[in-house]
Amino acid sequence: MSDLVNPGNEVNPANENDDEIEVEEPEAVPVATAPAQDRQTVRKEQRRQLLRDPSFIIGFSIVLLWILCAVFPGLLTTRSPDVGVTLADGTFLARSSPGADAWFGTDGIGRDVFSRVIYGARSVLTTAPVAAALAVAAGAFLGLLMGYFRGWVDEVISRISEAFLSLPVVLLAIMVLVVFGSSNLVIILTVAGLFTPVVARTVRSAVLAEAQLDYVTSAKLRGEPSWFVMSREILPNITNILVVEFTVRVAYAIFTIATLAFLGFTGDALRADWGNDIANTYTLIQAGQWWPTIFPSLAIAALVIGVNLIADSLDKALKS
Amino acid sequence: MARLIARRLLLSIFTLFILLIAVFALTRVFPSDIARQLAGPFAPQERVDRLNDELGLLDPLPEQFWRLLKDVFTFGSGDSFSQPGVSVRELIGPALWNSAKLVGLSMLIFLPLSIVGGILAARRKDSRLDRGIVSFGLASASIPDFVSGVLLQFFIGVQLGWLPATSSSVPDDAGFFTSLRFILLPALAIVLVYFGYIARITRAGAIGVFEADYTRTAYMKGLKPIEVIRKHVLRNALQPTVAVTGTQMGYLFGGLVGLETVFNYPGLGGLIFKAAKAPDLPLLQAGVLTVAVIFMLATLAADLLIAWMNPRARTATEA
Repeated sequence: MSDLVNPGNEVNPANENDDEIEVEEPEAVPVATAPAQDRQTVRKEQRRQLLRDPSFIIGFSIVLLWILCAVFPGLLTTRSPDVGVTLADGTFLARSSPGADAWFGTDGIGRDVFSRVIYGARSVLTTAPVAAALAVAAGAFLGLLMGYFRGWVDEVISRISEAFLSLPVVLLAIMVLVVFGSSNLVIILTVAGLFTPVVARTVRSAVLAEAQLDYVTSAKLRGEPSWFVMSREILPNITNILVVEFTVRVAYAIFTIATLAFLGFTGDALRADWGNDIANTYTLIQAGQWWPTIFPSLAIAALVIGVNLIADSLDKALKS
Repeated sequence: MARLIARRLLLSIFTLFILLIAVFALTRVFPSDIARQLAGPFAPQERVDRLNDELGLLDPLPEQFWRLLKDVFTFGSGDSFSQPGVSVRELIGPALWNSAKLVGLSMLIFLPLSIVGGILAARRKDSRLDRGIVSFGLASASIPDFVSGVLLQFFIGVQLGWLPATSSSVPDDAGFFTSLRFILLPALAIVLVYFGYIARITRAGAIGVFEADYTRTAYMKGLKPIEVIRKHVLRNALQPTVAVTGTQMGYLFGGLVGLETVFNYPGLGGLIFKAAKAPDLPLLQAGVLTVAVIFMLATLAADLLIAWMNPRARTATEA
């Protein structure tokens, strides 16, 4: 019965993309009995389909742009995100609305909003992908154990994950960060830990399906040890699922980390950070000072949409 | 059926117990100086000591855990830390009611919208309408709730001035509809997040049903399309929608911390956030358990509803 229920108590657009929802048990994973040559042509076809998919192109361009901002912010802006803007004639620009002097305006202490948006890509793009990667690694490990051994291993891990899945991730993260402080490392580990049960559940059902296939049975009959069957036989056949899961988790990690930053949990309170900048300025919207809030908001929206477009088209291409 | 419910309730109690232990461990076994934090950094040490004594923070752990259990079984009759003399129940109650209003209003909007959207998209699969609904849904559902909250607040609340930009300044003599106007903006932010998600689920559930033989038969025996949808499609297509909506209740009641902050709305998520920061342990534990119980009751209700919609699911779970 619990399989009727969607993995997390979270919005999960890209995972539900397939045209039929499996109400009962695991989804059919491409059978991997094909020779290596066939597999290569399949990969090639998948890649071609991706490159023809407009939503992939759009998503990829958006994300690439933000990666560029994060790696080479100096290419796009010459102003520092941390120091107030002083014009050539010596006037200090504070609270100036968007215009020729400052494209996105300046905030209450004169910092250039455009620069803060560009540099702000850094903080979220260094934490979110790492958290997602850790969650996928840990979730794949647990999911393999659960799906392969089943029995009490499965039962114990399932019960514990269910307890955590019954609470919103943000709420759990707040509790952990209040106790352990909110350095970047703690944020990454917390988000990774809280995403692990969802990944484990997805991987588990994929492994359950794989484990019934002939190649697993014959591997067992050959006397291959369990760890070998799991890591060398099953794991390579579920990489597609892991790739899609990783992309989806990156989007959620951005979602979660931005929300936590908005609530005041950031590694460094002064550093340019979209969520934190919104938190510091949103009360001024009603006084007419919208630009320090709205531009970072649009930045978060664009990045998450971009990542989700990639996840969605990857999911489609790898399932076809 | 009764066995199913009993089994689920037992499992839920077990899960709640795990959560209880996890929260307790998180807040007590890793000690931060709670009394010092509550009293403030400049409070004299005697006050901190007195607080430690009053709140029983230095008692042995089993004793503290026992007190927590007692609090749970008396439904939060114990005092909160941050507001001495006020019971946890008195704080949770109004916040829960506020959250229920917000969640209820947003569901009244997004459920019909996304079900109609999903069915329309599924009926004309791969049409322009379908692509439009799916892409809009993907985009709007990706954006964090506090971000869509800020954007709506600015564009609709401030620029256009159609709706009140915050939810806190409701006049005392406001009637039902006036006070509804004050929570419409945050409710719309929730609608933005959920429309796409639920519409996609409904679409996915409906596509298979539209392709099924019994649907074709219904069309061929001359039923009007609207009748086919009402009598044959909905009951089968909406099962995933019901299941997913159930799982989202925990998030809707406890996870909208950012959105509640933006609109200054006194809901359950914000209350738990404040309790965690204070730290007000009894309030925090009670809030967390409340959200978990809501989640469990909602998923149970969803499963029962599905069993009612689909006789096959009923027998499958009884077997």
